[in-house]
Amino acid sequence: MIYLAHIVVMVAIYVVLAASLDLLVGQTGILSLAHAAFYGIGAYAVAVLTLRLGASFLTAFLAAMIVSAALSVLLSLPSLRLREDYFVMATLGFQLIASNVLGNWIDLTRGPLGIAGVPGPRILGWVVTSQWGFVALTLLVAGSAWTVAACISASPFGRVLRAIREDELVAEALGKDTIGSKIKVVAISAMLAAAAGGLYAYYVTYIDPSAFTITESILVLAMVIIGGAGSRLGSILGALLLVVTPELLRFFGFPDSIAANTRQFLFGSVLVLVIMIRPKGLVGRYGFGR
Amino acid sequence: MLTLRCQALSKSFGPIKALCDVTLDFPHSGITAIIGSNGAGKTTLINVLSGFLKADAGCCFVNGKDTTHFPPYRLVALGLARTFQDLRLIPSVSALENVMLACSRQSSEKIGPALLRLRLRRDEMRNRENAFRWLRFVGLEMAALNLASELSYGQQKLLVLASCLATEARIVLLDEPVTGIHPEMVFRLSELLRILAGQGRMIVFVEHDIASVRSLADHLIVMDSGRVVAQGQSEEVLKRPEVMEAYLG
Repeated sequence: MIYLAHIVVMVAIYVVLAASLDLLVGQTGILSLAHAAFYGIGAYAVAVLTLRLGASFLTAFLAAMIVSAALSVLLSLPSLRLREDYFVMATLGFQLIASNVLGNWIDLTRGPLGIAGVPGPRILGWVVTSQWGFVALTLLVAGSAWTVAACISASPFGRVLRAIREDELVAEALGKDTIGSKIKVVAISAMLAAAAGGLYAYYVTYIDPSAFTITESILVLAMVIIGGAGSRLGSILGALLLVVTPELLRFFGFPDSIAANTRQFLFGSVLVLVIMIRPKGLVGRYGFGR
Repeated sequence: MLTLRCQALSKSFGPIKALCDVTLDFPHSGITAIIGSNGAGKTTLINVLSGFLKADAGCCFVNGKDTTHFPPYRLVALGLARTFQDLRLIPSVSALENVMLACSRQSSEKIGPALLRLRLRRDEMRNRENAFRWLRFVGLEMAALNLASELSYGQQKLLVLASCLATEARIVLLDEPVTGIHPEMVFRLSELLRILAGQGRMIVFVEHDIASVRSLADHLIVMDSGRVVAQGQSEEVLKRPEVMEAYLG
């Protein structure tokens, strides 16, 4: 049961990541390779604030989201004025810089040694330490993040984002501040990714830079594409599929050393197959390479 | 009173001078047509006036305000909107949604109201009514729920006009509004433009179809090689020999 609870927690964390990335990829048509950077920024902000400053759950969690949003604005302001391809390159650069900073700013992050001993979050006097406590907490946050994404998608703001995705010139001609809208949605996406990072830091109690590399960004992107970009259900399906399927490999008796590589092979194969056979993903509305 | 003015506008693309020192004071009312041969600078002028292109030199003024460096969305907020030569709409959503996207003053386009769903239902009701009003105006009410991609080319031109009007623009710049559509549809569009001008909107359009220009335009601006070569009352300008020679052949 503990194992099952762990799977649920990880699926919930990835639902937050996938739903937040879908705001960019599926709703707005912006590809980002920096999602793991914001995930990591959230995790480190929570860990540092909790351990060094003794910040409460709410303070650390909100501060992590604000820091992540502020950094996302620094990324978006210069790069979103450029063509879409350049924004992808800018996010790639941001991801690499973030990985380097997390790995080398020893005073703050302890570099490759990582930060250990993040205490369980205290919420209204209740300290979450049990596996099922984390299940409840992560499901609550995942539900909230998913609802935020759904509310945005269903609102006139979501309509503007989809217009930007379809034809940015149309949105501009109809009086929409497309750059402002993109900056806002990137910030919201980064905030939610930071929330996922905060949850992760509280849950695993130990974080190091290897959990927030470009590979992680690609994994979340794969979840969005496989689940179906632009669909509310897609982020849940994608996260579920890519978290649960590798776990199933354990039951086929693969040793851990082989299972890790098999997992990468599996992700790659599923991604290629989905793009070839079902470019809109399992339940998606928005296909790539139209 | 609506005013649209540009002063000493210049714009080059490499060695090609698309606009050379263009100074214009558009008539406050009625319908103005901009004509000229291909490459005369008509669309470049519309692009600069609507904020889609930055001029190399010169200034633009809308209702007396210097809008030279305004992005398109700020110009739309000031009441100036435009359509494109190639039809620009969102083909994958309904005609109604295309027009709803254009509706102005949508408070739930802001993050806070969008997340808290404040006034969302009321706003959407108002947008819907507004969008239907413009679809009814252009005669597309019955096709409101059809995908934009399912409409005929002529209907798509009408839809683009409806979207443009839903921004509540008082100055409307149209790039080749009747090119390539059925004569019956040309007649319908012309009627609509006359009604809009009659309501006090400033209508400026770029067009190659000289018959439409003759029948529609009250004022004419003739461009050649990035310069304004003639302007004035439509009938009077069309009689000038240099216009006949440069444009009408």
